[in-house]
Amino acid sequence: MSKLLELSNLSYSYHSLQGETLALKDISFTVEEGEFVAIVGPSGCGKTTLLSVIAGLLTPEEGSVRLANSDDKQELPNIGYMLQKDHLFEWLSIYKNVTLGLEMHHLMTPEKKAYIDRLLREYGLDAFREKRPSELSGGMKQRAALIRTLALEPSLLLLDEPFSALDFQTRLMVADDISKLIRSAGKTMIIITHDLGEAISLADKIIVLSKRPATVARIIPVSLSLEDDSPLAPRNAPEYQPLFNELWEVLSNEEAL
Amino acid sequence: MKKHSDTLTGQEAYVRDHYRHHRLVAAARLLLFGALLLLWEVSADLGLIDSFFFSSPVRVGKCFYSQLLYNDLCLHIGITLLETILSFLLVMLLGLLPAIALLFSKTLSEIAEPYLVILNSLPKSALAPLFIVWLGTGMKTIIVAGISVAIFGTIISFYTAFRQVDSDKLMLIATLGGTRRDAFLRVIFPASLPILISTAKVNIGLSLVGVIIGEFLAARRGLGYLIIYGTQVFQLDMVITAIIILCVIAFCFYQLIQRIEHNCKKKYTL
Repeated sequence: MSKLLELSNLSYSYHSLQGETLALKDISFTVEEGEFVAIVGPSGCGKTTLLSVIAGLLTPEEGSVRLANSDDKQELPNIGYMLQKDHLFEWLSIYKNVTLGLEMHHLMTPEKKAYIDRLLREYGLDAFREKRPSELSGGMKQRAALIRTLALEPSLLLLDEPFSALDFQTRLMVADDISKLIRSAGKTMIIITHDLGEAISLADKIIVLSKRPATVARIIPVSLSLEDDSPLAPRNAPEYQPLFNELWEVLSNEEAL
Repeated sequence: MKKHSDTLTGQEAYVRDHYRHHRLVAAARLLLFGALLLLWEVSADLGLIDSFFFSSPVRVGKCFYSQLLYNDLCLHIGITLLETILSFLLVMLLGLLPAIALLFSKTLSEIAEPYLVILNSLPKSALAPLFIVWLGTGMKTIIVAGISVAIFGTIISFYTAFRQVDSDKLMLIATLGGTRRDAFLRVIFPASLPILISTAKVNIGLSLVGVIIGEFLAARRGLGYLIIYGTQVFQLDMVITAIIILCVIAFCFYQLIQRIEHNCKKKYTL
């Protein structure tokens, strides 16, 4: 595997008349191609800020974000971003929603249309292409949001608590489903989650952030012995509980500081 | 479920009660209208009210007929309709463009805010005499009067609607590499449509008010002119007939906007 993303000594502050709030401090880590990375940390520590900086929506005050195969002049974003909610637009059909990025960049070529058709078929949404988002279940909406993100063929996917709005059972199924789809598409993923179980189940590596200003408190590699392909398999793996306890301890220490 | 003549399913009973309720409301409205007309006519006939000042349905009907035949009533109605529609369309357009400019420039919106609030709270009828001095009499002045009543409120309403759009939706457009133009055309405008339509509902009435104020002061044609002329020569049948026609016009405009709103909701599933 080659290095896809490299963050070096990244710092970011918010400014107001009341003063400066340092949100990210001296953050450095790398993400390999095809790797799944989960970011966990105390509430309000700056996880979403970090993702926004990686996505290029915020400019870091210090340090750098380097994405391999990325060109400043390129028109299409090389990073796909899935937000907490699916944000499918009710005034558009599912097909129009998933092709939104392509439409904006005037890229509705026959090849791209064929790619979208294939994704809709593979993700079980082909029969729903003319439906409105309100006619789909929570899981189907997340799949549609994923197709919308994948349509521009980014090399890196950023997911900001994308399953937090779902109930527990649906969340388990959808998280497993979406992560498998992303793996099969050969993409690299960084996911923010509050759910330690979800982080262990989905990721190859967990980055624990400290409380604000966020620094990298620990990087924990994850390797699970899976007995089957079910959504519950990672949680039944022998390595799951020790990893959970380790994460719990690091986060408890961070909260207590 | 099988339907019997004397036993209905729960759904069938609900549908029957729903339509029965709507028929009852429609019938009650018509009855109330008929009763008020009857009361008005009988009161005038029995001398309880002076029909010279308060007219009567029969006198209004006769006046309407004679105005149609001898006084170009259709032309007066047409002029008022034209002025109102032009004022309305210009208010919507001239309200939209500054609202977009304010949305895209925080500095501009901060500079303009107190001016908009003051201009919106100004009694617009006070401006009408000035418009006559500046623009003379005629349709141009009346349309400007019609615009002046609603324009500032429209800018504020549109701008507020644009600002209320979920910032995460705008962030989504940014993550897809979209521009501010994309954000406006693909998110802000469609998401604001319900408020734009409700503003249009208010504006059609306000444009009519502005046009009538303008016609009071600066017209030789139109329903506002008929009202003022009728008052000056004590033809109160003419005044009341013109007012009733205005009520019908306002109702028709409202129904038209309702239909547009219905179609928009259907098309955009708002």
